[in-house]
Amino acid sequence: MPIVPKKHPMPSQDPKVRAHNFSEVATGYTEEIAVAEAQRCLNCKNKPCVAGCPVGIDIPAFISRVKERDFEGAYGIVSSFSSLPAVCGRVCPQETQCEQKCTLGIKFEPVGIGRLERYVADRHNEGVCDDAVRPAPNGHKIAVVGSGPSGLTCAGDLARKGYAVTVYEALHTAGGVLVYGIPEFRLPKSIVAREVDGLRRLGVDIQTNVVVGKTLTVDELFEAGCEAVFIGSGAGLPNFMNIPGESLKGVYSANEFLTRSNLMKAYREHSDTPVMKGGKVAVVGGGNVAMDAARTALRLGAEKVYIVYRRSMTELPARKEEVEHAEEEGIDFRLLCNPVEIIGYDNPDDRRDPKNGFVTGIKCIRMELGAPDERGRRRPVPVPGSEFTLDVDAVIISIGTSPNPLIKSTVKGLEVNSHGGIVVNEDGLTSREGIYAGGDAVTGASTVISAMGAGKTAAKAIDEYIRNK
Amino acid sequence: MYKILEKKELNPTVTFMSIDAPLVARKALPGQFVILRVDEDGERIPLTVAGYDREKGSVDIIFQIVGATTMKLNAKKQGESICDFVGPLGKPTETEGLKKACIVGGGVGCAIAYPVAKELHELGCEVTTIAGFRSKDLVILEDEFARASDRFYRMSDDGSWGEKGVVTSPLHELLESGERFDVVIAIGPVVMMKFVTLETKKYGQKTIISMNPIMIDGTGMCGCCRLTVTDADGKRSTKFACVDGPDFDAFTVDFDEAMMRSTMYADFERKAREEACNLFKAEVK
Repeated sequence: MPIVPKKHPMPSQDPKVRAHNFSEVATGYTEEIAVAEAQRCLNCKNKPCVAGCPVGIDIPAFISRVKERDFEGAYGIVSSFSSLPAVCGRVCPQETQCEQKCTLGIKFEPVGIGRLERYVADRHNEGVCDDAVRPAPNGHKIAVVGSGPSGLTCAGDLARKGYAVTVYEALHTAGGVLVYGIPEFRLPKSIVAREVDGLRRLGVDIQTNVVVGKTLTVDELFEAGCEAVFIGSGAGLPNFMNIPGESLKGVYSANEFLTRSNLMKAYREHSDTPVMKGGKVAVVGGGNVAMDAARTALRLGAEKVYIVYRRSMTELPARKEEVEHAEEEGIDFRLLCNPVEIIGYDNPDDRRDPKNGFVTGIKCIRMELGAPDERGRRRPVPVPGSEFTLDVDAVIISIGTSPNPLIKSTVKGLEVNSHGGIVVNEDGLTSREGIYAGGDAVTGASTVISAMGAGKTAAKAIDEYIRNK
Repeated sequence: MYKILEKKELNPTVTFMSIDAPLVARKALPGQFVILRVDEDGERIPLTVAGYDREKGSVDIIFQIVGATTMKLNAKKQGESICDFVGPLGKPTETEGLKKACIVGGGVGCAIAYPVAKELHELGCEVTTIAGFRSKDLVILEDEFARASDRFYRMSDDGSWGEKGVVTSPLHELLESGERFDVVIAIGPVVMMKFVTLETKKYGQKTIISMNPIMIDGTGMCGCCRLTVTDADGKRSTKFACVDGPDFDAFTVDFDEAMMRSTMYADFERKAREEACNLFKAEVK
């Protein structure tokens, strides 16, 4: 049978249609497409894809089951490695992980591993009922701080080993960045809720509305009988550029804008939470979060959305597929541009003019790529005298975050680095015995899957620590 | 769910509620705040802690019925529950070592000022309270303040309660007569805190104010509650009320910017309030 050179394309909503709704962009493979795609896998001996997966899923094994139409068998394999398969199949940057290593990818397009993972997880979830087998309790209590990807993974892995795990979440809904950050059209919230419910069925206790560092401290968790604590508290406070005008009305951090739309459902007609809708919007930054913010603004009714990024398309850090989706939907990329000032309305004759203080534009300067920096990326340098202004009504700043100060300030002896990230060893162990950490709280803003990998590593280390105690 | 253990009307627009929230009650201190959501579709709103009972496990809130969410909250009856209640958030007001303090409260801000006055009074600090309201029928916590204060100045815009005038008049007289405090703590509308600060600055009188900007998560994630402060060297920087505050050194805060930012959703809030009003009217019918 000849090899199909390209991945089977992902069925998706038409860009013109989806730009105005919050339904999921990619609608998923059918059974026939999934089996056909699985047949592209060479089932090669050295399985380089597995090494490319931060949680080490036995990819050829699950794909073989798909070939045989044993979808539950495939799910069993995936879920024994990953706590959140339906999530990873959607948001992992496969092109730089498993699929980058795929042997087929040397000559042709790699196998659509992410798409198959998603198909297997979705198919399982459609038919699922209360099938989780609760492992026999081993009598040890563990606390997990934060219910994002690292916390949920760590909790799931420990619960499967029989630990009594309690997850503490500061917000009113579990899921962390999966619910407040990643938009509905890329990761439906019902899928996150389903994965979280799966963990509950495993026996994981999830306590929302508890801010560790405020409501409870890590030391109190130990006093209450926990033998180890995993901190997966996430990225933290948004960075701003420190340019004039960042306090004007209509200037958002990406975290605020996305939280309003995703967690608080401001995109719905009758939500009690407001968010600016329509007008012209500039999103500053080039990561996945910037793409999410831009595409959310578009769906909220913006007539024009710009991405303002200071380097070129080659350096753009967002996932390739997200950039392509954004371009298809009509997002206007203004590359090699850097904002220097946000301009606001100011009526000097009428201080009470309600328009005063609202954003009217963003002044940018053109950049060119100069000599490479220490990481080998060519450093952008401003072109003198090239300033220009984009007329916009809102500016969304998406240039990263700094770790949350709440935990480190309340845990004595917890070492943090110069950026405020928690210092851990290769097992996720912090400078304090019994306290482990992972995800963005350690690395700064990174991907869902690397956070899951860290949660998994820590769960393994916690299990060893408890067993050797 | 968090049960409303007690509810009472302090005046026609201000309501007191005691909420069953043992974990919050165990830790709450004056100056800290909570974030609540009335129901599943509700927005998250910050309210400063007005009191707490560690044994009963209850936290008190006092709120003014100003918008759709506070209307919805006020429609809840004693014995009913609200969806979410998280805290205590922010840093508590620094009260340690204070010997002589002046508390300035304006309107519903007095609800927040009171637990601070009470704690200082209990710590043996000499407390001078200046409270201001628009008129007599809007006065709250008069007896409580009287008990917690060594001196108590009552001010109203129309003269129907205490003296006619604004809170800065007695403050000016005290400072002008040479009186000084370890700290002046001003809590109320931003514009009041701005004018208190203009007054105290003239005398180099240390002043702390409590900011109450728009917030969402309240835990240092969204950056919505940011404000600009200027340090002694004139360097401006961004602070976050939820984790760096809500108390700030009054001399550093850009009040005009804070006032401007607070009107971001004025239009949306007006419409939501009208809709909520119509909804509640319809229910009454």
